[in-house]
Amino acid sequence: MKKSKQFFMVPYFLWIALFVVAPLLLILYQSLTDGQGHFTIQNYLTYGSSSVYLKMSLNSLWYAFLITVITLLISYPAAYILSRLKHQQLWLLLIILPTWINLLLKAYAFIGLFSRAGAVNHFLMFIGIGPKQILFSDFSFLLVASYIEIPFMILPIYNAIVQLDPALPNASRDLGASPWQTFRLVTFPLTLSGVKAGVQAVFIPSLSLFMLTRLIGGNRVITLGTAIEEHFLTTMNWGMGSTIGVILIVMMFVIMILTNDRKKKRREVLDDEKATH
Amino acid sequence: MMKKPRISSLYLILVFIILYTPIFYLIYYSFNAGGNMNNFTGFTWEHYRTLFSDQRILVIVLDTLLIALLSSLVATIVGTFGALGISGHKKAATRSTLLTLNNVLMVSPDVIIGASFLILFTSLGIGLGFGSVLVSHIAFSIPIVVLMVLPKVNELDPALLNAAQDLGASKAQTFWRVIIPYITPGILSGFFMAFTYSLDDFAVTFFVTGNGFTTLSVEIYSRARQGISLEINALSAVMFIFALLLVVGYYFVNQYSRSRRQRQKRHEQAEVTLR
Repeated sequence: MKKSKQFFMVPYFLWIALFVVAPLLLILYQSLTDGQGHFTIQNYLTYGSSSVYLKMSLNSLWYAFLITVITLLISYPAAYILSRLKHQQLWLLLIILPTWINLLLKAYAFIGLFSRAGAVNHFLMFIGIGPKQILFSDFSFLLVASYIEIPFMILPIYNAIVQLDPALPNASRDLGASPWQTFRLVTFPLTLSGVKAGVQAVFIPSLSLFMLTRLIGGNRVITLGTAIEEHFLTTMNWGMGSTIGVILIVMMFVIMILTNDRKKKRREVLDDEKATH
Repeated sequence: MMKKPRISSLYLILVFIILYTPIFYLIYYSFNAGGNMNNFTGFTWEHYRTLFSDQRILVIVLDTLLIALLSSLVATIVGTFGALGISGHKKAATRSTLLTLNNVLMVSPDVIIGASFLILFTSLGIGLGFGSVLVSHIAFSIPIVVLMVLPKVNELDPALLNAAQDLGASKAQTFWRVIIPYITPGILSGFFMAFTYSLDDFAVTFFVTGNGFTTLSVEIYSRARQGISLEINALSAVMFIFALLLVVGYYFVNQYSRSRRQRQKRHEQAEVTLR
């Protein structure tokens, strides 16, 4: 039994070695070598001394932060209301469904909505603001990225709210707390785990959404993801691309440590959700 | 509790409108006789006709489905054995190390996965194309299969396995007749998730696809960069319906396994009361 089992495990261990460990080592190796394969920390020195790279990284963090805040502000109330509805499974399914639509198609839809003669500009003209250049601005990038991330924020928060014992907010109310106090001192702190999971699920991908910066941001927004894609596929400077990659990985770990109480990522969060149906 | 039910339901309705507007906007204009997404000038099936007579798109759709099917099948097999192996380890530390390694690809941003796989393929001298895309999709689908199967494996009662062997079942029989049927719901969910991951993926494929081979996401990306073509709208309508069918299908697969479990429970209870 043991031996045959181990035999069947071989592909899985091969996968761990080849596709989990090796890629991480390779990206580190690539960032630490020059074109001839000699060891060098030149890439990191370039990164650290270049205002372009540093500004780009800070910008990327700032945008990811804004996207996370926007989605959180929209999602928390939505998740809260959802948790009080009848037929919750159906409503949840409706929240999940848009995540099954290809991300590129959703981005493409916004190219139409935001275009010069598109629906949003029609609406702006109608309410008297007049047409604006919306597409290819950092504003449109923020909107579309937040739009895409909303479900990934709603689901973990919803899970946390559902798990909250309703007796606790009730008790707080009975003891004379106002609804706002109850929310601020009881409900929110007790559902913080869901918020953290949601922040993790939104923040990390927001650092790397390069297709949106290309399609919607019109190259005005450069995220870490955009920079990596450009170095790997356009300028073919893999060393620098890997360096930025390593920095992205480091940021990812920092964020995971900061939000570390349930190690869940968007996919897992979503899958939990899908699995409960 | 609900002081202002109207405001709260209005808010939720607004969120749903925001979530669905872009999708229905796309579908609506796929019937537009005018060639853009701004003015609806008249109803037409023309873009669907173009879509279904577009050889290139049809080949890409078939390739995308083939990649999704093959990669999720392989990932399901490897991942299922992985899950069995992880839970079979006696030491808790080994198990958690394996699980951490398993989850690395789940937490890494797509760009990192794509870039590092590109380095990997290049350093191994593997050409980019169908093969590299397929292997990458298998690779990023394996961890989700493991995560879906593992809870089922952990639920497996060792007494069941002992009973099977006491009653004279061979190892293969125990495996096929006891273990596999028990963890099948997990395997199905894993397969399903792997399939949708593969269909959805853009970033990883974009890095490892090379010049000759394209999947649907990559094709949509390159077309969307050139501007609006209502053929993409027609395609998105078709894909929306496909996604809807998948969601409904998944829902029923789950319902089925759940109701089967309940039926089994009821059987067990009935037997107990009979005795």
